Amino acid sequence: MGPTVTIPRFTLPPLVARIGARLPQWPHAVALAAALEAARVGGVLPAAALAALEGRTFRVTALDAGGAADFRFANGRFRPLLRPAPAPDLHLSANLSVFLELLARQEDPDTLFFHRRLAIEGDTELGLAVKNMLDAVDLSSLSRLPMPAWLRRRLGLAA
Amino acid sequence: MPATLGSPRRKPALVCPAGSLPALKAAVDHGADAVYLGFRDATNARNFAGLNFDAAAVAEGVRYAQSRGREVLVAINTYAQAGRFGQWQRAVDAALALGADALIIADVGVLDYARRAHPDARLHLSVQGSATSYEAINFARERFGIRRAVLPRVLTLGEVAHVVANTEVEIEVFGFGSLCVMNEGRCWLSSFATGESPNTVGACSPAKFVQWQKVPAAAGRPESMDVRLAGILIDRFGAEENAGYPTICKGRYAVQGETYYALEEPASLNVLALLPAILAAGVAAIKVEGRQRSPAYVAQVTRTLREAIDAAFAQGSRFTVRPAWAAALAKVSEGAQVTLGAYDRPWR
Ligand code: SF4
Repeated sequence: MGPTVTIPRFTLPPLVARIGARLPQWPHAVALAAALEAARVGGVLPAAALAALEGRTFRVTALDAGGAADFRFANGRFRPLLRPAPAPDLHLSANLSVFLELLARQEDPDTLFFHRRLAIEGDTELGLAVKNMLDAVDLSSLSRLPMPAWLRRRLGLAA
Repeated sequence: MPATLGSPRRKPALVCPAGSLPALKAAVDHGADAVYLGFRDATNARNFAGLNFDAAAVAEGVRYAQSRGREVLVAINTYAQAGRFGQWQRAVDAALALGADALIIADVGVLDYARRAHPDARLHLSVQGSATSYEAINFARERFGIRRAVLPRVLTLGEVAHVVANTEVEIEVFGFGSLCVMNEGRCWLSSFATGESPNTVGACSPAKFVQWQKVPAAAGRPESMDVRLAGILIDRFGAEENAGYPTICKGRYAVQGETYYALEEPASLNVLALLPAILAAGVAAIKVEGRQRSPAYVAQVTRTLREAIDAAFAQGSRFTVRPAWAAALAKVSEGAQVTLGAYDRPWR
């Protein structure tokens, strides 16, 4: 079934981005890498699809929040990168609400891309592999994931 | 026999795309009569990293759809490559063993194999087979016993009606989605730049050749997003300009001093406005493009087409397109634009 809450389109005020960019970036990276790692351990992400990510570096930038998360998938695990690579293999950037719409499967990434609300730079094939891997996840399996309460709250999942 | 408006002979089946199990479930849940899908290899025309179905996913998809009275069609719609025919034969055998209701095939060699090895199998001629006349379709029926043909998106509505009137084979037409304009099944533009094209590797503009690059504003030049295919610049989008897929046919080129979409604009086909005429023509099925899209797209488009086809069937010539449908389809379209494509062109 589709999501029951509709995520409204919003943009954070520019001031937030200015402040956000000055804050240390690693908490985002730690949270995102921990979430992906929980999904991997929970068997939600298929091993065959993950193999395509081995050794690659990623950056996810929330433009209006001024925050970026850098992480790497290496030796079969997601880890935050505390010292980001100058040029990640794949860089996704969008406003925060766009990432929430994607996660909730409210909007299709190609649609967001056509409207220029989502930018994909770097290795396009890697981007496609990531998109298709996330699309293939059965959302009903997410609620069963072993995840600490703070991470569930951060991801907006029911406790 | 000219089609008369307002007298649909039958309600066409709504055939929707699935690149993953969640997309298949979205199609079934939102009203598709049939879902089409492909295996994870070069035997289907949407062979992208991480997309498509392995055997276990096909089995689960078939169970999900058939237990709800819907059909699963398996697309084995690329051309068998020299020395690797066995791969296409195995795909045919596997799809039928997994319970597919029908196979969508383009290559005459693969059609011939499927017919001989599985005399009872329901075979559809793929759009990649590029059969645009009833003569071609009747030939495929005589030789391979095809039960349905998917028409390329190059015919006018009058031509579609003419084909339907002159064949026993069921006719399926495209109702919504990205356009592939060049006599599908015969386009080599992608190969021109990359050495790979839909009929050989199952993908137009394979992602490994595509590069998107944000270029910051510099002296005298505004910010842009450049897209290259195998190093060849095919388009440059302004900061707020809507984008489309990176195919050569939808690039902008300098032609005699003017830079524009010289071949085709990025836009998606949308036939809502023509539904009464399409129904009156007697087509058996209306297909939605987009196995590369995610479950959100499949849900939105399937729901919209389901409502529109039901309304057109019930209302005949009194049918009008609801603004909410038009908005929903425009939103998910390439370049955020729609077109009636060839259906409504004056040429023949
Ligand atoms: S270049 Fe365009 S017309 Fe040719 S196969 Fe690709 S999408 Fe179709």
